Amino acid sequence: MTEGDTSGAVPVGGGSTGTVPDVGAVGGSAPNGRRRLTDRRSPAVALPRLLWIPAACAFALVALPVAGLLLRADWPRMPELLTSEAALDALRLSLITAAISTALCIVLGGPLAVVLARGRPPGLRFLRSVVLLPLVLPPVVGGLALLFLLGRTGLLGRQLDLWFGITIPFTTTAVVLAQTFVALPFLVVSVEGALRTAGGRYEAVAATLGAGPGYAFRHVTIPLVLPGLASGSVLAFARCLGEFGATTAFAGSLQGTTRTLPLLVYLQRETDVDGAVALSLLLVVVAVVVVGAGRSRVAEGLS
Amino acid sequence: MKTRALAVAGLALLLAGCGGGAQPAAPAPSVASSAAPSAATGSGTVTVLAAASLTEAFGNLEKRFEADHPGVDVKLNFAGSSDLAQQIVNGAPADVFAAASDATMKTVTDAGLAAGTPTIFATNVLQIATAPGNPKGIASFAVLAKPDLKVVVCAPQVPCGAATEKIEKATGVTLSPVSEEADVKSTLGKVSSGDADAGLVYVTDVQAAGTAVSGVNFPEANQATTNYPITVLKNAPQAQAAQQFIDVVTGTDGQQALKEAGFGPGK
Repeated sequence: MTEGDTSGAVPVGGGSTGTVPDVGAVGGSAPNGRRRLTDRRSPAVALPRLLWIPAACAFALVALPVAGLLLRADWPRMPELLTSEAALDALRLSLITAAISTALCIVLGGPLAVVLARGRPPGLRFLRSVVLLPLVLPPVVGGLALLFLLGRTGLLGRQLDLWFGITIPFTTTAVVLAQTFVALPFLVVSVEGALRTAGGRYEAVAATLGAGPGYAFRHVTIPLVLPGLASGSVLAFARCLGEFGATTAFAGSLQGTTRTLPLLVYLQRETDVDGAVALSLLLVVVAVVVVGAGRSRVAEGLS
Repeated sequence: MKTRALAVAGLALLLAGCGGGAQPAAPAPSVASSAAPSAATGSGTVTVLAAASLTEAFGNLEKRFEADHPGVDVKLNFAGSSDLAQQIVNGAPADVFAAASDATMKTVTDAGLAAGTPTIFATNVLQIATAPGNPKGIASFAVLAKPDLKVVVCAPQVPCGAATEKIEKATGVTLSPVSEEADVKSTLGKVSSGDADAGLVYVTDVQAAGTAVSGVNFPEANQATTNYPITVLKNAPQAQAAQQFIDVVTGTDGQQALKEAGFGPGK
């Protein structure tokens, strides 16, 4: 290896540590890679002032409704509202199904992202737009689509019922399938983006050094993609937690079996708006904790 | 300078947008005063918030009313009654509210937003919805408790679920539903898709679904009749035309249209 080779490879990875989606490093103009990482938080870049106005509007658009929720909440009744059996069942079900669905997204969506980014499959554009469909489809439509495929009279569902006596609607499995359906694109997009940003040079170099595809995948691709995988998983988990439309259309709503927190919120507001607000805040807190924890890990860099 | 002016203009627009949304009451007096001379002939727009189950019947009445009252435009807005009640309580401008239960109407009357006492203009009862032709031969309410039947009901929080619960109590039959849906159309949907064997929905829903489901009457349904109350709203911009619309609903034409949709007579 010559000196020229190594110095040429450094900018591709965005830094010697190999943190791929290192936004701070890309935005910063410091010449030294190491200093960039340590000085990440310094406000070195002067922003055009005009930028602050739409930025503040955007923040207000997201934050103010949630603040409204906080103001509307019946705080003295909060403990009672949040510890009802229905609420605890829904919280438990939401956390369990979101965790299983996120794991499914990683196990199935991770490889899909690698194939899309590196595998050069035929019809790549078409495949990618199909994978993104759950982002565009109204979730209720997604739920109906799942019902038409896996419902008792659906294409596959009919055979499952005939051959094995298995019906999927009205089960927790249906909740997990609905959540995985809507959350999968978040993981695939994050991981594929990370792989594309990293480029294929590291694997190419590994191959020239004699690494087989499996070895290169385990020791080069996976470490490269870990931060993207982590942020994608956080997004997918958050999306699973909030999932409503596909679940209600495909799985139904029964306490302890299919009634997740969003479904309980929707039902509760029929008779008890305070209860619905309390449950919504619980959902907000869980989501903020998950996203916050995940984001900070990603920011530290997982490699 | 230029950019600053732009920013100010943008901000002004934003504020104007907010202001417009925050005070729907402001333009109302001017509308009312300009409508006052023409109110005798009944012109303007009457906004009717009505329970989703009234879609078909009120759709027919709207045409009839507009034909008899030229110059009046009836704007129908259908949704779940409790959503509509929440909208009214939170200040949505409207003239008439037709609810699918006494409880949802109570939300509005308790908030002091109804003008006068609501009138019960129709009633509705539950029916068992099954797959077309009733292949499982479901013939009574009690048979729904059989464990091999997948039964879907409305959750007790919504009117159709409250009626179901009332019948369960009255008959001593306890159902083990596979799902408790948040609205009656979702309950019906699970039956029409073939995923549930039976669902407890209103007789009007079965009728509106046409050939997608079959309906099975059961005598116990009469123990949980649901009332449909209607009222002019207190802040109605078009109070007079609103009352005229209610008169049509409670009159011969209206009762006929409601009967055709499967509703029982009002009180």
